[in-house]
Amino acid sequence: MTRSDELPLYPHRHLLGIRGLSPHDIEDLLDRADAAVAISRQAEKKSAILRGRTQINLFFEASTRTQSSFELAGKRLGADVMNMSVASSSVKKGETLIDTAMTLNAMRPDILIIRHQSAGAAALLAQKVGCSVVNAGDGAHEHPTQALLDALTIRRAKGHIGGLVVAICGDILHSRVARSNILLLNALGARVRVVAPSTLLPSGIADMSVEVCRTMQEGLKDADVVMMLRLQRERMTGSFVSSVREYFHYYGLDAAKLAHAKPDALVMHPGPMNRGVEIASEIADGPQSVIQEQVEMGVAVRMAVMQALMDPRRNTGAAQ
Amino acid sequence: MSVTVFENAHIVDPSRGLDAVGSLIVEGRKIVASGADARNQGAPEGATRIDCKGKVLIPGLVDSRVFIGEPGAEHRETIASASEAAAAGGVTSIVMMPDTDPVIDDVALVEFVLRTARDTAKVNVFPAAAITKGFRGQELTEFGLLQEAGAVALTEGRHTISNAQVMRRALTYARDFGATIAHETKDADLGASGVMNEGLFASRLGLSGIPREAEAIPLARDLMLARLTGGSYHAAKISNGLSADAIARAKNEGVKATAGISINNLSLNENDIGEYRTFFRLDPPLRSEEDRLAMVEALRNGTIDVIVSSHDPQDVDTKRLPFADAAAGAIGLETMLAVALRLHHSGEVPLLRIVEALSTAPARLFGLPGGTLKPGAAADFALVDLDEPWIVREAEIRSRSKNTCFEDARLQGKVLQCWVAGRKVFGN
Repeated sequence: MTRSDELPLYPHRHLLGIRGLSPHDIEDLLDRADAAVAISRQAEKKSAILRGRTQINLFFEASTRTQSSFELAGKRLGADVMNMSVASSSVKKGETLIDTAMTLNAMRPDILIIRHQSAGAAALLAQKVGCSVVNAGDGAHEHPTQALLDALTIRRAKGHIGGLVVAICGDILHSRVARSNILLLNALGARVRVVAPSTLLPSGIADMSVEVCRTMQEGLKDADVVMMLRLQRERMTGSFVSSVREYFHYYGLDAAKLAHAKPDALVMHPGPMNRGVEIASEIADGPQSVIQEQVEMGVAVRMAVMQALMDPRRNTGAAQ
Repeated sequence: MSVTVFENAHIVDPSRGLDAVGSLIVEGRKIVASGADARNQGAPEGATRIDCKGKVLIPGLVDSRVFIGEPGAEHRETIASASEAAAAGGVTSIVMMPDTDPVIDDVALVEFVLRTARDTAKVNVFPAAAITKGFRGQELTEFGLLQEAGAVALTEGRHTISNAQVMRRALTYARDFGATIAHETKDADLGASGVMNEGLFASRLGLSGIPREAEAIPLARDLMLARLTGGSYHAAKISNGLSADAIARAKNEGVKATAGISINNLSLNENDIGEYRTFFRLDPPLRSEEDRLAMVEALRNGTIDVIVSSHDPQDVDTKRLPFADAAAGAIGLETMLAVALRLHHSGEVPLLRIVEALSTAPARLFGLPGGTLKPGAAADFALVDLDEPWIVREAEIRSRSKNTCFEDARLQGKVLQCWVAGRKVFGN
C-alpha cells in the first residue's frame, strides 16, 4: 500500500457523508483505495498500518456485506476489530443510541463504524464521541463508502468519471445509496439521471442536479453506467408500486432495456439483489455486470477511508 | 386596600385600541383606572408610585396552548415551574393542555389542576379538557361537567380526531354548552411517517416529509362540519398558506371559526433544522419561508386570531436522539413576547395587533379574565422595554426543560415586571 506520508493529509476527522467532501478529497480517497486493492490481492493480506488501533462496528441494522467488509478492511490493516451485535445488546433493553455510544467511547476506540435506521444518527454520534466516526448508512440519508466503492469500480473500468452518463434506477426515495451517489458523481463531473416510478422519487429531486426520467428507455439511452437499486420487499405490493410483475415489466433491468445503454455500459448493484424484481439474472451474471468487483472494491475503499482517518501525521489518539 | 400607581407609562391596550402615554392605577386585585386621563386622577394618600419611565404597559399575555408535564412527567415541567417561566415571559394566564398522564378527561383531573395551580402557581392556570376519553377519538368526555369544573376549552391536544362523525358530534354537543373545540389537524395517513416539512431540504436530509395538505385536508373537513353544526371551532396551530386560505374563506362565510399559530411558525422556517437539530422538530413542522411569510400576513390581516407559545417541554430522553426518533415540541413561554416583537421591530405587524393576538384575542376567545387594561379588569399586566436587547442563555431558562429554539438567539424586548391580580410575580 502507498505510504501514507506520500499522500495529502485527509482534512476531515469523520466520514459522515459525501456532502462536505471536495472533489479533491474524493479523488484522494479513491487513489488510496486503488493502492489498497493490491493488499487484498496478495497472499499475505495483513499490514500493520492500523496496528494497535481499535475499531468498533456498531450496526443497529442487520447487514452482512457492509459489516463484514468493514471488518475485513480493519483486520487487513492490522486493527483490532470488535463487532457490537445490537440484537443482543443493551439497546434492546431501552438504552439510547447516545448512551450506547458513550459507553463504547469510554472503552477508547479509535474508530467507530455506525449503521443506523435513522437519518442523522452518524452525525449525532460524532458530536458525542472522541474518536473518528464512519457512517455505514444512516436511514435514507447517506452511505458514503458505498458511493466511494461505486466510484472506484467505475474509475477502474472506465479510467475516469467526469463526463460519463450514469443512470440510477429504482427506489430513489428510500435510498441512501442513491443520495450519496448523486452527490459524489456530480462532484466528479458525471451526468446523473434517475429513473423510477414517481412514487419512489423524493420531493424536490429535480433540484438535486439530476435529470429525472420516467422510462428506462429514456434513462438508459447511451448511458455509460447503469446502477440498479434494491426494492425493499414491503414496498413491492401495493404501497409504492402495484406488483413485482408490473415493476419488473417497467423498471426491471433486462437485456432489452440494457440494449438502450452503450454497448460497454457497466451494470452495478449495491446488493443484496432481488433477482427478477429489479434485475434479471442473465444481466446480473452477464458480461457487463461489475457487481462482484463492487464487493471487492468495498473492502479497498473501507481500508482507504480508515487509513485516511487514522493518518499518523495527525494526533488521532483514542477518546480523550 | 393597597393602591399602586404606575406613572409615565406607554399604555398599549388592544381591547380599547389604546396606544398612549398615561397612568395605570391598581387597587387590590383590580385595575381602577388606566390611560391618559388616569394621570389626572391623582394618587390617594399612601399609594405606592412606580415611575415606568416611558416603558410599555400591556395586558398580561394569555397563552392558550401550553403543555405541562404535571401530572405524569414532572421531570419535564410542573405547573409551578411553567408558571415561573410564564411570569418571566409576561404571560399572566395559561391554558393548559390535557396531554398529561393521565389525560385530563375527567372532572377530578380538572379539579386537581386547579387545586395544584392555586397552591403552587404564580400565574393563572386554566385547564383545557380532552374532547374524547383518553384521546381515543371515540367517546366524548363530559363537556358540561368539565366546563362547570373549570375547563375553559375542549381540545384533543397533540392529537387529531380522525373520525368525522365524532368531530361532528363534538361540535354539535359543545354548541349546547357554548364551548369551543380547539383542534390541531394532522392527517392520520398522509405524511404520517413525516418528521419535517416535505420538500428538497427533507429529501437531502433523508427525512420523511409532511406535506402541507396533511394539515389542510382535515382542517377543511372540520370547517365544513363547523358550518354544518354551527359549532365554534378553533384551528389551534396552523402552519401554512393552504390552511390560512381555508380559515379566511370559512370566516367570510360566517362559520364560527378562529385560528391560532405557534410563535415558532411565525419566526422560523425549515432551514433552521440545519444538521438534524431536534429542538426544531415541531408539530406542525417548520415550513418554507414562503409559508412563514404567508403566516405573518395572515396574522396582520386578522385571519389568524391568536399567537401561542405551544410551550412543550421535552427532556434529553426525548430530544437527544436521531431526528426522526426525537419527540416534537419546544418550550416558548419565556421567549414568546420577545420573538413576536421581531415582527414589530421589522415593521411587518403593528404593535397593537401583536399584543392583541397575544392577550386580548385569546382571552376573548376562551372567555378568560384578562387581556385588557380596562378599569374593573383583573390587574394582570406586564411592564415591557420594547427595545432592550438580550441573549437567550440556557442557564437562565426557568423552565425545567431547556429545549428552546432560541438558544443564544439575540432578541429585542424584555419583560421588566409581570403582575398577576395586583401582585408582582416577576421583576424588580
